[in-house]
Amino acid sequence: MRTGDKKLQKAFKAAFPHTIPIFAGFWFLGMTYGIYMNVSGFGFWYPMLMSLTIFAGSVEFVTVNMLLGAFSPLQALAMTIMINARHLFYGISMLDKYRGNGIKDSYLIFGMCDESFSINYTADIPEGIDRGWFMFFVTALNHFYWFFGATLGGIFGSLIRFNTEGIDFVMTAMFVVILLEQWMKENNHTSTLAGLGISLLCLIAFGPDNFIIPAMLSTLGVLALLRKPLEAGGEGKCQ
Amino acid sequence: MSMTLTEQIITIGMVILGTMITRFLPFLIFPAGKPTPGFVRYLGKVLPAAVFGFLVVYSLKNVNLFSESHGIPELTGVLTVAGLHLWKRQMLLSIAGGTICYMLLVQFVF
Repeated sequence: MRTGDKKLQKAFKAAFPHTIPIFAGFWFLGMTYGIYMNVSGFGFWYPMLMSLTIFAGSVEFVTVNMLLGAFSPLQALAMTIMINARHLFYGISMLDKYRGNGIKDSYLIFGMCDESFSINYTADIPEGIDRGWFMFFVTALNHFYWFFGATLGGIFGSLIRFNTEGIDFVMTAMFVVILLEQWMKENNHTSTLAGLGISLLCLIAFGPDNFIIPAMLSTLGVLALLRKPLEAGGEGKCQ
Repeated sequence: MSMTLTEQIITIGMVILGTMITRFLPFLIFPAGKPTPGFVRYLGKVLPAAVFGFLVVYSLKNVNLFSESHGIPELTGVLTVAGLHLWKRQMLLSIAGGTICYMLLVQFVF
């Protein structure tokens, strides 16, 4: 038992610092979401339960609109799949990492939001730290921050008077850092540049509300076409 | 509110189902016992880099270059993050520095 506790403690201590930026971001975004639900006329148990069960930020904001509109379950399903389609990419990238961790695997996959995926994919987990528990704590802490912010926002929504304008930039800042880390690690920047360039082109062509699906499909297409040269360069090789 | 509680529960249930489909599908299509096709393994290697590029664009998608601030706070924020990170390579410092810089700009300058 004691060695087991030690293992968990070590994994938690290693995981926690990686989630501090998410703490700042989710606390704020979750709060914003809770306040949004509050002013839309929903009790605090809505953001509380939804942040716990859905755990996918952008979709939860959209769900508020769905709940205010006409009842249309199939449209709700289709829209969710479209907005979250990027998670399919994460799953493909995590096929190895999110396997072999026993029962934790189901929770890791359930909680694979943008931030949990980014941290668990890129983090250099130190020698001697249990990988499964490290990734579990990253996911669980992120989940807790989001739940905590959403619930607080739902309860105290109308009372906040602190000028937090612009704090949501913390998410952008985190993605920029993750991109830079990836950039410094990789030998070949083709894939990174393709992702940046194609997304930007699609954003300009289709606008902020419709660019996600075209951006993902064209990225997929371009990477498929580049398979030969990229594998020859050693980048996409499966060791 | 026009929906009944049951309708709300069904709607939220659909959102949960949709989210779970996008997260679990790859693991169901490519089970552990069978070898994953080479093309999919290739995608698993090269996609994350592209996705990180996508996420940066995605998080900046609502920046309007023709608005009052012309996206200057966002550009300054991103450059601050990148500059700090290339200089010290301390994740938290880069993120905090860029965010504070951005907050000051949108609250006091623009």
